[in-house]
Amino acid sequence: MKTYLRFGALVVAIIGTLAWLAASGIKESKTYYKTISELKQSPDVGKRVRVTGDVLPGTIRREGEKVFFTIHEKEKNLTLSVVYTGKDPLPDTFRDNAQAMADGRMQSDGSFQASSIAAKCPSKYEAAPGQRPAQQPLNSSKPPSMS
Amino acid sequence: METSGAFAILLALCLAAYSFLASLTGAIKKKPFLIESGRRAVYGIFILLTAAAGILVYSLLTSDFRLAYVAARSNRAMPAVYKFAAWWGGQEGSLLLWSWLLSVYSAIVVWTNRKKHREMMPYVVAVLMFTQVFFCTLNAFVEPPFQVLAVGKGVTAVADGNGLNPLLQYWLMAIHPPALYLGYVGFIVPFAFAFASLVTKQPGDAWIQTTRRWSLITWGFQSMGVMLGQGWAYAVLGWGGYWGWDPVENASLLPWITATAFLHSVMMQEKKGMMKVWNMVLISSTYFLCIFGTFLTRSGVVSSVHAFAQSSLGTWFLAFLTIEVAVTTFMILKRLDYLKSEVRLESVLSRESSFLFNNLILLASCFAVLWGTMFPVITEAVLGEKITVGAPFFNKVNVPIGLFLLLLTGVGPLIAWRRSSLESLKRAFRWPVAVMFLTIAALAAFGIHHLYALISLGLCAFVTVTVVMEFFKGARAIAAKSQMNFGRAVVELTHRNTRRYGGYMVHMGIVIMFAGYTGAAFNLDTTKEVKIGDRFEIGRYQLHVKQVTDGDTPNYSWQRALVGVYRNGEYLGDMSPERRVYSATQQPTSEVSIRRRLHEDLYLNFASMSQTDADKAIIQAYVFPLVSWIWVGFYVLMFGTLVCLVPSKVKYSYARTEVVGVYAKQAEAAK
Repeated sequence: MKTYLRFGALVVAIIGTLAWLAASGIKESKTYYKTISELKQSPDVGKRVRVTGDVLPGTIRREGEKVFFTIHEKEKNLTLSVVYTGKDPLPDTFRDNAQAMADGRMQSDGSFQASSIAAKCPSKYEAAPGQRPAQQPLNSSKPPSMS
Repeated sequence: METSGAFAILLALCLAAYSFLASLTGAIKKKPFLIESGRRAVYGIFILLTAAAGILVYSLLTSDFRLAYVAARSNRAMPAVYKFAAWWGGQEGSLLLWSWLLSVYSAIVVWTNRKKHREMMPYVVAVLMFTQVFFCTLNAFVEPPFQVLAVGKGVTAVADGNGLNPLLQYWLMAIHPPALYLGYVGFIVPFAFAFASLVTKQPGDAWIQTTRRWSLITWGFQSMGVMLGQGWAYAVLGWGGYWGWDPVENASLLPWITATAFLHSVMMQEKKGMMKVWNMVLISSTYFLCIFGTFLTRSGVVSSVHAFAQSSLGTWFLAFLTIEVAVTTFMILKRLDYLKSEVRLESVLSRESSFLFNNLILLASCFAVLWGTMFPVITEAVLGEKITVGAPFFNKVNVPIGLFLLLLTGVGPLIAWRRSSLESLKRAFRWPVAVMFLTIAALAAFGIHHLYALISLGLCAFVTVTVVMEFFKGARAIAAKSQMNFGRAVVELTHRNTRRYGGYMVHMGIVIMFAGYTGAAFNLDTTKEVKIGDRFEIGRYQLHVKQVTDGDTPNYSWQRALVGVYRNGEYLGDMSPERRVYSATQQPTSEVSIRRRLHEDLYLNFASMSQTDADKAIIQAYVFPLVSWIWVGFYVLMFGTLVCLVPSKVKYSYARTEVVGVYAKQAEAAK
């Protein structure tokens, strides 16, 4: 029985340490997913947020290390101007019309300061929309996967 | 053509459903003819799905753009290799790859066991075919690969396809998905045997012995898949990292973790008759996590920088998983009596206990990764707010776990079964511990003060010494006894017990990989806007941007920077990072240039030309110490895995110390 007690104590110690590490890790890196409209309604300045939108064509502008651009939420027709101040290079997929995911904080002037940007084409292996007219299979009833 | 392909899939689905039902009813009602026909259907499915896959590949190779799949994933200018790889470049094709691999595995299982395991086999086939029914359903109805682009009533082709995503046009990426899938799909076989042994109340560990090779081979493929993914991320994505704790990456890691735990804990069952329930749970979880991983990458439930395919697949997968988990849990609970442990744990200082900690820690890591990956989904369900956690969370939990595992890698194999005295521990670990502290002291003296890095490299030294000692002791004994030279004695030693010494080699591979990962603590990076002709510095390197050239190929247009590399003034050669814009997708990609050396890599990325100043190029330079050792370690790991697969020269029969299990006794009595 003593063996099992000792064993149990060790297990509890290990799990406890890991749980503590996990909790602090979550606290340190948690990021809220928000839409542009949610950010406009309650701009929690200083909270770490991840916001997604389409890059408005022609708005990408570089000034030294900083990159300015505007993202757009189609459904509500809202825009958010973003300034990217991170040091990593912008991904290749980041360009006009791309879906961009900005990670950062709202500023008190209503702009968004991003420390990292991820950009994606709408589907993992497919070209971005607007590149080529979507060819929708006509012999199928399921929603097109290519749009 | 495409009609025959679609028809083949449909027929395979029917056959799979038949085989499942026939095997099951045949086994329950004891009808050998039904069982036999169920077995034969497995071969039929293999032939049908091979035909379907062949037709898809043929259409891709011949650029048959009447097919939606071909038009979306391929274009004429693409090299044939990538046209072939486009098979798994998209949702429909990769699901077809899944079911095709499953059909291959099923056929092999049925063939190799045609005269064995009469009782278990029908259930094995039933489990395999249940999964096949599911994937064939997806292929036939949810994500059919053979849709044609029809205009009006006629069938027309488009002039050229969209092309494969340029990020995937890289040799590692061409083989990464099949390797990973070979690992994913493969774990269904040990699971099927485990499940069948539960249903048929098999005494002993028949399922473990039968599937040991399977588990090892599939584990090898899984390791390969995960590593190829890392190699690809490092060389293609242009940010110099190999692991970002992205959901897709995590999806591939999760089953690997539980599989690793499984490979260790089966030894407890084979040698001591312990942890039987646990092994059932582990192999089932591994298989479920394989399905779950496919679900995660294929359904878009968690968003990711890799931008998952969005689709309605999620519900299908969830339903399938729920059924399987429920049935398996029920079966395990129902058979708890048959899974009683034969011995009890005797001491905290014992081999048994080191295995238990190994399992506990691996599972904790698995849980943490799963938790972190699913965090947005969980918080959305519980708090109504989507919250995500990033790399710091994963690193914070997994780095200490990794280090603890590294420690166990050294301790476990040297500690005695049952119980170990402090005295014997001192004797066994005197040298390794001494070397560990010497290493740490030496590194600290050289100015390395990163805590985790010190611990990690110290532990690497510790484990290395334990492994070398094991080989040395064994080989010396053989060399003395049979008068052969030491080198041959090492080979002889390994050959006598390939499983043990192959395992040590795998451990060595892991150690080397850890050393490589530790290098990340000392990475350097800089981004510079450089005028052509100018120089800049990173670490000890001076980089001279000589010129920028451009050109076109049918597949893409390129722009290349020529950079002269100097170290402390000494000319080392030229590097030429490149940017490409693929014509079909109009997608830009970076072709980084890497100077790979064992002590460090110099990594250059040509980000773009400056937008404010036309003759300035933006170059990112990185120095990654020790990163090559990750790949070296991987080769060692694969070699060790292969050694494990070689049959041992001496057949060891492990006499269990205390066989008190009821079923072992019954088996004894039956003889």
